[in-house]
Amino acid sequence: MRNLFRRALPKVADDAGQEAVPDLWVRCGRCRDMVYAREWAEASKVCPKCGFHARLTIGDRVALLLDPNSWQELDADLRPTDPLGFAPAGRPSYAEKLATESLDSGQSEAAAYGRGTLDGLPVSLAILDMGYFAGTLGSVVGEKIARAFELGIAERRAVIVVSASGGARQQEGVVALIQMAKTAASVQALGAARLPFISILTDPTLGGVTASFATLGDCIIAEPGAVIGFAGPRIIEQTTGEKLPPGAQTAEFQLRHGMVDQVVARRDQKAMIARLIRLFSYSTHPAQDSTATTSTPHGEPRVVATAGVQ
Amino acid sequence: MSVVLDFERPAAEIRTKLDATEKQYAANPTPELDTQRIDLRRDFANRTQAIYRALSPWQTVQVARHPLRPQTMDYAIGMCTDFVEFHGDRVFGDDRAIVGGPARIDGRPVMLVGQHRGRETRERVERNFGSPHPEGYRKAHRLFELAEKFRMPVVTLMDTPGASPGLGDEERGQGWALAANLATLATLRVPVVCVVIGEGNSGGALAIGVGDRFLMLEHSIFSVASPEAAASIVWKDAKFAPQAADALKLTAPDLLRLKLIDRIVSEPVGGAHADPSAMITTLRSTIAGEIARLETVPADRLVSDRYEKYRRLGSWFESSRPATPVGSV
Repeated sequence: MRNLFRRALPKVADDAGQEAVPDLWVRCGRCRDMVYAREWAEASKVCPKCGFHARLTIGDRVALLLDPNSWQELDADLRPTDPLGFAPAGRPSYAEKLATESLDSGQSEAAAYGRGTLDGLPVSLAILDMGYFAGTLGSVVGEKIARAFELGIAERRAVIVVSASGGARQQEGVVALIQMAKTAASVQALGAARLPFISILTDPTLGGVTASFATLGDCIIAEPGAVIGFAGPRIIEQTTGEKLPPGAQTAEFQLRHGMVDQVVARRDQKAMIARLIRLFSYSTHPAQDSTATTSTPHGEPRVVATAGVQ
Repeated sequence: MSVVLDFERPAAEIRTKLDATEKQYAANPTPELDTQRIDLRRDFANRTQAIYRALSPWQTVQVARHPLRPQTMDYAIGMCTDFVEFHGDRVFGDDRAIVGGPARIDGRPVMLVGQHRGRETRERVERNFGSPHPEGYRKAHRLFELAEKFRMPVVTLMDTPGASPGLGDEERGQGWALAANLATLATLRVPVVCVVIGEGNSGGALAIGVGDRFLMLEHSIFSVASPEAAASIVWKDAKFAPQAADALKLTAPDLLRLKLIDRIVSEPVGGAHADPSAMITTLRSTIAGEIARLETVPADRLVSDRYEKYRRLGSWFESSRPATPVGSV
């Protein structure tokens, strides 16, 4: 019966690693098996048969990590500009690409940030989305990341960034490159305020994002099977002629090589993050830091003073 | 060794005539030959100047990559005294694409860190063509911390096609090594002066290029990726590198106009390779001046100014707030 399905349906897997089959079924992007749509959604787009973690939208991530109705997106009106007047000969200009990306994805940029609660804990959450311009780091993404960290500092919130990105956005040239330095400086500012930064690496996290804020987390959590690295597999093979062994640059590879702290399945991420924030919150106890927060007997940080540090 | 770039040929032809005339004049110093050689000298200078004043971005890339252009070790020896090269990251190995160590510039101890590409084939291979491995960035990181400990200003010289993209680099955490340097440089409590001396590409350059002052030599380039890499992303074909160079705004004048760099350091007529010792002298006095100015700034102020400088960089539009400038510096 399963084989019949396989033959009957057209093979048009999309970038998200899932294939929308009309009506009630979703086809897993890895094992190609059919999954009942409701089961797929309930498992946060994780294949119940092979464990494949398909890509999530920003809305999916919010639902996965935050308490219901706690998400308040901030500065959603940040829009990209074309700082270089990027007009590559014979190819669509950046301005044209921006217009088509918005139309295709229905989004205005590759990241969102805002405040919310996670298991009751106040957090500042930023999410990158492969669905818009391959999640590339440009001015708007860099600015939203920086503001997410500032929000954390101003309101004494732990910061969580969920990365998914092809790297720096070429069309913004050095303006994009410098976002790496800007976001790294933001991570440092949060650290100086003794607030935790939990970095979640999802499929794929590459290039300028790997080489800046994403790998500067106090704890780095990777999603199973996610491709994570500096140079993408294609670039490595083109530049060095090396053929990558199977499984190279996956989350599990990075765990083995000491680059991530934990590989955590989607269903366990929220509990893991909450546990980490509570563990790290001890450092903001008044005995250690008089400017910060106090803790309830259960370890939930409670804001007693907010300071716009930096 | 002499290398003539395509677009330098009209000047090189005059140079050949000039050399011949000089030789003739030396053997037979007639007034006619004297006038001739003086005219040729002027023609050569004018032509060279005209060519270099109108370099296209792709031509600038060629100059930035010129094999005779001074490299980090040339500056370490020519610009500094007492340079002691420090080796190794204390974890894995010694990367030859990044060199560094303490030295003096005009008598003042500094920590010098730069990428070095090498010239002859063997040296170029040994130095991985200036593409550092993670251990190179970790060595740089160690030197940055040493500089802070001993209150030495940091001087970095960028000259790299980009960080090395091999499987071994991934296994040893290239991304993590780069990110750690960005974070450390952002908060280092000593003055940091960064100079692009040749090619400054991608995170591989930026990982030694975050500081209080960011300078570019006149014909160097600074880019989000090498023109070849950008071309293979945008055109899906590296042979469109010249077009990518045009689109990327990677020349010093373009980046100064966009306020993404602080200052351009003039090169000798005909580029740094035409007169390396003049270039080295210019850069030495430029860096000495920058350090002298930064040393008057208290460390807290230095770090907060640096944070503000990077915090403002970017270009976006916000319907609820006024439009922002591109650069801050």
